Amino acid sequence: METTANAEQLVAKAQAQNLSFYYSDYQALKSINMTVHEKKVTALIGPSGCGKSTLLRCFNRMHDLYPGNRYEGGIRLHPDNTDLLSPDVDPIEVRMRISMVFQKPNPFPKSIYENVAYGLRVRGVNKRVILDEKVEEALRDAALWDEVKERLDDLASNLSGGQQQRLCIARALATEPEMILFDEPTSALDPIATANIEELISELKEKVTILIVTHNMQQAARVSDFTAYMYLGELVEFGATDQIFIKPQKKETEDYITGRFG
Amino acid sequence: MIPATTSARLKKRRTRHLRERVIEGVLFLAASISVFTTVAIVYILVKESVVFFQQVPLKDFLFDTQWTPLFDDAHFGIVVLLSGTVVSSVVALCVAIPLGTIIAIYLSEFAPFALRELAKPFLELLGGVPTIIYGYFALIFVTPLLQKIYPDLPGFNLLSAGLVMGIMIIPYVSSLSEDAMRAVPMSLREGSYAMGATRLQTALKVVMPAATSGIASAYILGISRAVGETMILAVAAGMQPNLTWNPLEPAATVTTYIVQVALGDLPHGSIGYQTIFVAGLSLMLMTLMLNIVGHILRKKYREAY
Ligand SMILES: Nc1ncnc2c1ncn2[C@@H]1O[C@H](COP(=O)(O)OP(=O)(O)OP(=O)(O)O)[C@@H](O)[C@H]1O
Ligand SMILES: [Mg+2]
Repeated sequence: METTANAEQLVAKAQAQNLSFYYSDYQALKSINMTVHEKKVTALIGPSGCGKSTLLRCFNRMHDLYPGNRYEGGIRLHPDNTDLLSPDVDPIEVRMRISMVFQKPNPFPKSIYENVAYGLRVRGVNKRVILDEKVEEALRDAALWDEVKERLDDLASNLSGGQQQRLCIARALATEPEMILFDEPTSALDPIATANIEELISELKEKVTILIVTHNMQQAARVSDFTAYMYLGELVEFGATDQIFIKPQKKETEDYITGRFG
Repeated sequence: MIPATTSARLKKRRTRHLRERVIEGVLFLAASISVFTTVAIVYILVKESVVFFQQVPLKDFLFDTQWTPLFDDAHFGIVVLLSGTVVSSVVALCVAIPLGTIIAIYLSEFAPFALRELAKPFLELLGGVPTIIYGYFALIFVTPLLQKIYPDLPGFNLLSAGLVMGIMIIPYVSSLSEDAMRAVPMSLREGSYAMGATRLQTALKVVMPAATSGIASAYILGISRAVGETMILAVAAGMQPNLTWNPLEPAATVTTYIVQVALGDLPHGSIGYQTIFVAGLSLMLMTLMLNIVGHILRKKYREAY
């Protein structure tokens, strides 16, 4: 754990500003203000239904896929200093820069290779040499290369759950995003696979900014530099992970973290 | 001594058991009727075909290039009828498979909810129109239209019948394909969108591959419908046997030949009468083969996601 997180030079990568979100009439996020720092891991914790996934999915405009969803306020993306929720911003461009890994591994019904190459192909990269190189790099970064290098043409669904999740991470990494969103990436995995992924996340922050939703407080404490505690759609407390876990400012946060609630 | 209550309970159970048995029997009977019918049909087709093949060598049946069973100089080259079936089916599938697939993609991946709910019953209606109406539509409307483009087109031709048959088959292809695509879990689509894919990329590169088995079934059903279709061809394609691979010509198909001959009054046991059964058997074998292919495809691609 880095106790020096506050002292280091911090650069903002994305800033939620008075961000509210509505599923039709239901307000799931209430005026959230929060900064995601560059090349740091920021964890979102809080009881089930408090809006963690909803907040996470604002960052890559996932909510645009369904009718009736509405954002209010904004998320400033740096270095552009542009509101990525603004109607003139193309959600596809946002997703090109901000990748996502889901709760349940969701590999495409394709080969291992094609799964990782997917994002590149979508961006019009079809040269075999480039694909080969980027696929290998992404699989190495996702700590999966050694396990699959002999069978890149096998169907991805033949992999184990943990391998599938690492494949999804490789898929997200292959396009060299600036930020990766993780929505409870280990909740469907066993302890060993979980430990692998956590280690991976700690390594990845050298390269990318990470925002991660987790149910598991030990996980948040282990992998993150910053933690946001949410409750009923509100951001209750945000700060360096050490501070949140050792001396939370708010009573609710303390109750949640010490397990008196949630 | 056994208490009275116990024996009463026992008795009740016995009647319940009996009832179960009766219901089971009825269900079994119902199921066996369909199996029995199929077996009976196959039995009759095979039995009569055996009689046919005692008189006509299999070699002639497969390789003769004429089909004139009712003439004095009788020939029995099934390929003549098959050519009509194949050409009309290919024309129909050239219409039904692309259009059916596009409609399915549109309805499943692009159309707003309200439109989708509106379009589905309309499409199903298209499949419910009696085929005789399609036949006349082909003969009276489509053929004259085609003749404007290509004046030498005969009044009866495989092209016009095939095109209209294709329209008839669209809903079979689109409806099943759409069901298959809609069954693809949302999480896969989200995975694709999250990578920055567009809707079209998601539909073509993720949803369709994931729905392969269902889409293959839809295509196979479409092909079966085309091969088995009778009325449209009887009305619009003419019924003279004609060995051709050209859709601009008139030709009989396996099905229309059967209609034509079955409606005439051929004496039982004559070789002409026997041809109905070999034609029927050929048709049955074709659809059986399609079903098997469909089954294999479904098996192969079943757990795509
Ligand atoms: N598609 C939706 N339509 C309407 N309401 C929704 C929808 N998705 C989520 N909600 C509601 O929004 C609130 C926040 O949901 P969200 O999924 O963000 O919670 P979460 O913190 O991620 O919970 P969990 O830890 O269980 O995943 C919940 O009350 C939920 O019922
Ligand atoms: Mg969630």
